[in-house]
Amino acid sequence: MSAERQGAGTVKRHSLGVRLAHAIAAVSFILLALSGLALLFPSFFFLTALFGGGEMTRFLHPWIGLALVLSYLVLFVRFVGSCGFGRDDVIWMLRARDAMWSGREENLPEVGRFNAGQKMYIWGMALLFIVLLVSGVIIWQAYFGTLTTIDAKRLAVLAHSIVAVLAILGFFFHLHMVTWETGTLRAMVIGTVTPGWAWKHHRKWLRELVAGKS
Amino acid sequence: MANFEFVLPPAPTTDVTPSYGAQDLIRRSASSVPPPARKLTEVAKLIDVSRCIGCKACQAACLEWNDERIPVGENVGVYDNPPDLTPNMFTVMRFTEWVNPQTQNLEWLIRKDGCMHCADPGCLKACPAPGAIVQYSNGIVDFDHEKCIGCGYCVDGCPFNIPRISKVDRKAHKCTLCSDRVAVGQGPACAKACPTHAIVFGTKEEMKQHAAERIEDLKSRGFANAGLYDPPGVNGTHVMYVLNHADQPELYAGLPRNPRISPLVEVWKGATKRYASLAAMVAFIVGAVVHHIAAGPNRASAEDEEQGRKLIDGRAK
Repeated sequence: MSAERQGAGTVKRHSLGVRLAHAIAAVSFILLALSGLALLFPSFFFLTALFGGGEMTRFLHPWIGLALVLSYLVLFVRFVGSCGFGRDDVIWMLRARDAMWSGREENLPEVGRFNAGQKMYIWGMALLFIVLLVSGVIIWQAYFGTLTTIDAKRLAVLAHSIVAVLAILGFFFHLHMVTWETGTLRAMVIGTVTPGWAWKHHRKWLRELVAGKS
Repeated sequence: MANFEFVLPPAPTTDVTPSYGAQDLIRRSASSVPPPARKLTEVAKLIDVSRCIGCKACQAACLEWNDERIPVGENVGVYDNPPDLTPNMFTVMRFTEWVNPQTQNLEWLIRKDGCMHCADPGCLKACPAPGAIVQYSNGIVDFDHEKCIGCGYCVDGCPFNIPRISKVDRKAHKCTLCSDRVAVGQGPACAKACPTHAIVFGTKEEMKQHAAERIEDLKSRGFANAGLYDPPGVNGTHVMYVLNHADQPELYAGLPRNPRISPLVEVWKGATKRYASLAAMVAFIVGAVVHHIAAGPNRASAEDEEQGRKLIDGRAK
């Protein structure tokens, strides 16, 4: 019996380290979105109550941001090796729209560890988080409030808000894909998927797994 | 003389009630206010640069009235002391030595810097905390420290670089135009202390008239470009300057020629971005639900399971 197979016919998808890092990133992201929206839109200011008031929200938000960046860095390092784009990814992207509505993936090229959409999400979030980190540090009043010019802070606060909204939209998409594709959530929670899930969504990855490591 | 007991006479004060308050707000940060029932007369502080002798009595009066203290200063090579506004020092005299190229005269330009109480206040526009910055119908822009969260966005919003964030209480501080004094019929402490009447206070109309007289006087003394600084880019201010070189406001320690709220701040706080963001978020959520319902869950079939298991077992054989 291979190391990739555990229990009754399941396939190991994500290691414990990845799952823990992902859990930290997910919780951090949700807290950041709530506290960030509270500080961005007056109509959401009431959300500061979740964090113990406006001042606590202002204090906590950057620290949670660091938790997100660090946990995402772990994920990125563990994933980036499987995130190169190839010819199949282009074909996959062109045909994904149809598969999204039919739920049938026969016409798609066989997918490795990540499909093109996941790769774009991993790269895209990394870029957005870099912008959020840099601009966030610039507007972190308590420690860096007077280190840059006011014009730099104006640009940073605008960039931070726009990129944050983009990241939230990306997060919504991510969440939707996970719930739509049955059996995907458990890959990130308990770490395993069914053989059928791997066969349907990541056949090339399953083949490599079976061929290479067992 | 048998009675040695010292009896204090009653204190020579009378109760005063503020003449304006929360009912007179015309703007409130990150929230809205009902239109006030009355409109207060607009007030203004007029600072006549040509009359200022740089004594810093205004700074001392400001510290005194606001019960603030600053550390003993260090000489940084110029008369400015402290060298910049601080969370405790709401006004600073900025000294500029300038050789007038026309007359070859050395002119000592002294400008009392501090909050301008803009009619269109950038600090208030940028503030995310409801009610932390308010504007009264008399023109005074004031900070409510109870509601301030210390984010520093007001610094980004201000076209004059005025608010300072305290490292002690983590809140924004600036000149209040002595709103507490004005509310009981007094002028600002700095105006009261000024020995040359370079700082005067009254209704905005009165101050404009007074400024016109001063400008006429300056022009008769050879300052052809004397004028009033009441910048229209922020819809005018409630602290105005009489400048002897109004054509070159930058001379006075970088007083901006055409101050306005930065376009970056306008976009950041603009309704367009707010509605576009909210619409996109709602669209994504609605789209996800519609897609899920219309396309159904993407589930691996029994045949997929069979194929997957076959692949694994085929290798494990």
